[in-house]
Order: sequence, then C-alpha cells, then structure tokens
Amino acid sequence: MTKALPLAFEFSVALRFLREGRFQSLLIIVGVAAGVAVVAYISALVTGLQTNTLNKTLGAQAHIVISPPDERVAPAWPVAPGERHASDTQARAQRLRTIANWPAVDAAMSRRAGISAVSPMTAGAALARRGEATRAIALTGVDLARYDRIVNLREKLVAGSFRIGPGEAIVGKTLAEDLGVRVGDRITLSTDSRSDSVRINGMVDLGIKDLNRRVVIVPQRSAQSLLDLTGGATQIDLRVNDVWAAQALAASLARELPCKVESWQDVNTQLVTALNAQSISTTLIRSVVMVVVVLGIASVLVVSVVQKQREIGILRAMGAQRSQILRVFLIQGGMVGLLGSVLGTGIAVAMIKVFTTFVRGADGLPLFSITLPPETALQTMAMALAAGLLAAVAPARRAARMDPAQAIRM
Amino acid sequence: MGAELVQLSGIHKVYNAGQPNEIEVLHGLDLRIRQGEFAALIGPSGSGKSTLLNVLGLLERASAGEYVLAGQTVSALDDDGLTRLRRDTLGFVFQFHHLLPAFSAEENVTMPARVRDGVVTPQARARARELLDAVGLAHAMDRTPAQLSGGMQQRVAIARALMLQPALVLADEPTGNLDTASSNEVFGLMRRIHDEVGTSFLVVTHDPRLAGRCDRIIELVDGRIDRDGPTSVSASPSSST
Repeated sequence: MTKALPLAFEFSVALRFLREGRFQSLLIIVGVAAGVAVVAYISALVTGLQTNTLNKTLGAQAHIVISPPDERVAPAWPVAPGERHASDTQARAQRLRTIANWPAVDAAMSRRAGISAVSPMTAGAALARRGEATRAIALTGVDLARYDRIVNLREKLVAGSFRIGPGEAIVGKTLAEDLGVRVGDRITLSTDSRSDSVRINGMVDLGIKDLNRRVVIVPQRSAQSLLDLTGGATQIDLRVNDVWAAQALAASLARELPCKVESWQDVNTQLVTALNAQSISTTLIRSVVMVVVVLGIASVLVVSVVQKQREIGILRAMGAQRSQILRVFLIQGGMVGLLGSVLGTGIAVAMIKVFTTFVRGADGLPLFSITLPPETALQTMAMALAAGLLAAVAPARRAARMDPAQAIRM
Repeated sequence: MGAELVQLSGIHKVYNAGQPNEIEVLHGLDLRIRQGEFAALIGPSGSGKSTLLNVLGLLERASAGEYVLAGQTVSALDDDGLTRLRRDTLGFVFQFHHLLPAFSAEENVTMPARVRDGVVTPQARARARELLDAVGLAHAMDRTPAQLSGGMQQRVAIARALMLQPALVLADEPTGNLDTASSNEVFGLMRRIHDEVGTSFLVVTHDPRLAGRCDRIIELVDGRIDRDGPTSVSASPSSST
C-alpha cells in the first residue's frame, strides 16, 4: 500500500464539495477577498500616512534632546516627612546654561547602542538685523556635518552651498525674504552682550514656515562666543534607530544623566495621540471586517452541511470517522479563507496602484507613497486562513456529530 | 454454510426513551446469520425493518441486548471502533442509491478505499474497474451519477458496497425505486456475486417475487420475528407484503 499524504482523503473531498457548490463557493470567496482587500488596503494606507507624517515631523527635529536640568528654587526650610508647611515661591527664570561636562555626555551617547547620530548644539535667542529690519531668531551653533545626520539638512538646502566657516551662516528661506537678503549678503547677529556680522552662505527650507522664519545656523564656536557660553553646549541632539523606542530610551537616559531628556513623543504629544487614534481605528476596522468574514464563511458552511447531510451519512456508512468528517469541513473553511485572501491581496495591490496613480497633490506628485509590505500581506493572509478555520468549527462539529442513520434517511 | 457472522440476542430498540413519545420498535429480537447466506428481510411498513438494518449496519446502537458481528461484541466498541468494524465488515446498498453526486462512478466505487487509506492506490483503482466491469458499467465509469439511469446508479452502488470485500452486504430495498426490468437485473447481479464470491447478503424488500429468489426469508411483524426459514419451506411468498 502506498503511503497516503496526511489528510489526503479530507482534502480531496473538501475540494470536491467546494467545486460542487460552485456558485456558493465563488460568492463566499469573493466576499472574503473583499474583506481582505479592505483590511490590507487600509493597513497599507494608514502605515503610509503615518510613515509620511512621521518623516515630515521627525525630518526637522531630533528624536531625543538632552538639555540642562531646569533650575529650581531650593526650599528655604527643610521639610521633614509627614510635616506640612505652606510656602509661596516664585519659579526661577531659566538662564541659558551649558550641559555640565557635555563632551563626556557626547562621547557616551556616541558609544551607546540604538543611537545612530549625536550632535551637540549651542543655541539661544538672538536678533538678526539688516538695515532697518530686525527679526528675532533662533541662533543655532552646530558642527554642520554632525547636525546634518540628525535632520538631513543637506537635502533641505535651497540656495547657496552647504558649508559654514567662521563668520558664515545658513539661514531659513523665509528669514532671508524678511530681511531681503540673498546668498553672499551680510547680516548682523546680536545678543544682549555681543554682536557680529556674518555672511549668508546658504538657505534652507525646513518645511515649517515658523522654523524657516527663525533659524540661523552658524559654527558652534561662533554661537558660543555670541551667547557668551565659551566652550559650552546647551543641548545634545540624538537620532535613534527605532523612532518608537525613543520614549523608552529617553526615560532611561533621564535616570542616568543629570540632565533633562525629552523624546519626540514628549514634544509632539498631539501628533502621538493622533497616530495612536489612527492605529486604534485601523485595528477596529480590521476586527469588524474579520468578524464579518467569519460570519460569512460560517453561514455558507452551515448551509453546506445541511445540504450535504445525506452525503455525510453515506461517507460515515462507508467507514469515515467523525474526525475525518470534521476535518473535511474545517479544510473547506480554511480553503475559502486562503483563496479569498490571495484574491483579496491582489485586489488590494490593484487599489494601491490606483491610489498612487490617480490621487496626487497640487504639485502632481503622489500625496505620499503607500505600499503593501510583504509582512502585512502575509499577516492578512494568515488572518483570513484563521478566520476560515474558526468559521468552520461550528458547522464542522455539527457535521461530525450527525447520526449516520438519520443523515441517510433525509 | 460458514461460521456465525451475525448474532443478535434480545435486541431492543427504543426511540425517545424517557419522553412522552417513547416508542419501542424492536422487542427482544434474536437473529443469527451465517457466512455465505442470502437472506431476505420482509415485513409490513413500520415493522422495524429499517431500524433492524441500521442496528445490524452499526449505524445505530441497540437500546438493549447483545450484538456480536464477525466475532466482535458491538456494545464494547466506541464510535471509532464501530466505524472501523463497519468499514471492514459491511457494505451498504440503499434504496435511493445514495451515490456522491460530485464524484464519477469510478470515484464513487473507490471512495471506501479513499476513506480508509487516504488515497486511491493503483490496486484499488484496478479493483474498482473490475467491479464496474462485473456490474456491466465498464463503459460508464467516468460519468457522474446524474448521467446514469436509476438501474445503473444502483449497480454502481453495489460495486461500491463490494469495494473493500465486505463479509456482509446490507441492502435496503435496493430495487424499490426501479422498474421491473432493472429490478431483475440488479437483483440478479447480487445473486450472481453471492454465488461467485460468497459474500453474504441481507436484502430488505417489499417485493415477494424477489424474496422468493432468496435462500432464506426473515419476516418481521411489529418488531418481532414472525417467521424465519428457508424459502422453500415458507409456502407462498405472496402472503408477505
């Protein structure tokens, strides 16, 4: 006797039953496909949307910022535990201060796993002047090459060259418009105590108008001397490998360093809330569609079990075990789920193609790129297969429980 | 005659036990069938023929009494054991042929082998062709049941019942749905198989002429065996309907 493949009987009968109920099978497979397509498409769309939003937001800011701790007023009278006392203290004004021993922090961060780039910065408020025009600016002193690794500044250069030497600066393009300057012109930067003239070497578009109106990037040494913080750094920017791990990493850094450590999530709470709301909505839609798919498959299989009552009885009379009958119907459910998911994934890919082809922004470019990652596709298929099997459980048990004598009499 | 194949002692069958509509269909039946018999089971409608056949065919369990089939005590077996014993010992031919409509004639005949082995081996296929040839349907083995006449379908069902070489074939009014010519043909086929291979048959029938062509007639009335004996002894077959 040749060795049979496992479930060979069950597969052959399940397949034949599905083929026999051609129209029914087709309907439910298309139904499953529609569900799978919706889930896959929504997942791809939301993932694309979130990636796009994150890239836009995080493109212009560090994932984690380390800065000196806020200065607090020390209590004038030590308070013993359990003791209460009333006091009214005015919060201290926060001076511009350097991070204590920042080169050591810089070196430690550069060595740490999970961090892809580190850039110390000396930044503070200043004024930019040209002739009659004066603008408040954010004076940013950095090592340009290192800062570029944090925010990809080079890609955002719209005029001039990506290079700053002593006495040179890169400015936001709106600021340049406000001051009426072009590359090569000079402006005066001044703080409370000092003032210096710099030559504009390049202009950047950071994608956010408010930033473009205020940013002035100079070598770190120039900023240190203008802000009167010789040798100091007011913050250290970090870029991490996994953006969603930034918050946890920031929390652990805050425990290790005598500094204030903020992740991008802390700074953009509204964005994080919005992204979470989106994720929850997607999960909700997926769950509802999954329930609909399960109910659809189940209802078709229930009908099929009733229709096939006599055949089930015959198979039992011929010596088919209850477990074999059970598996015949489970396999039917699984097959419907699998075929539906393959078809549905195809439909989703087509819908994504349509979206990227026809939905375009004012500039004629696609609004944002969406793709169906293979793992999402596989996940959705596995879900549909599971849905099919789950849906088949009740009808299959019913079929297996059927009394053969009664089934044949029908 | 061969060894004891079927031994029923004190078989009772009660439906809806403990409920207001409780009904006892078989009242303490004793019946023996030996290897190689060709017996008819007759009796009026409602006499319990189908129930007896279901009990004999392991499709239903008796409510009380002992049933030994091919040396195995049925009440000691669980559902899987019952199914295995049924598969290895019994073949069925039903009144309404009951072929699987989604499968061809040949696939219907090989189905018992597929149920048992998972696949249809070349040997099984060869046997199915042999059987289809024996029932005169070698030319029709690729047709589906819908493409066969009633008589042809019943011949396929007989071939299927014989697929795993059962010791006993239980036929529930195998000709009840056929015209006289087809009836004679189907019955003659069973007779021939019995005479050539020695398979035992128990045929439920309403037709006295067919019963008269069996070796033994068992008559059931109101759930009891009213008459049981060789055909020659049991006078005129016309008395039983």
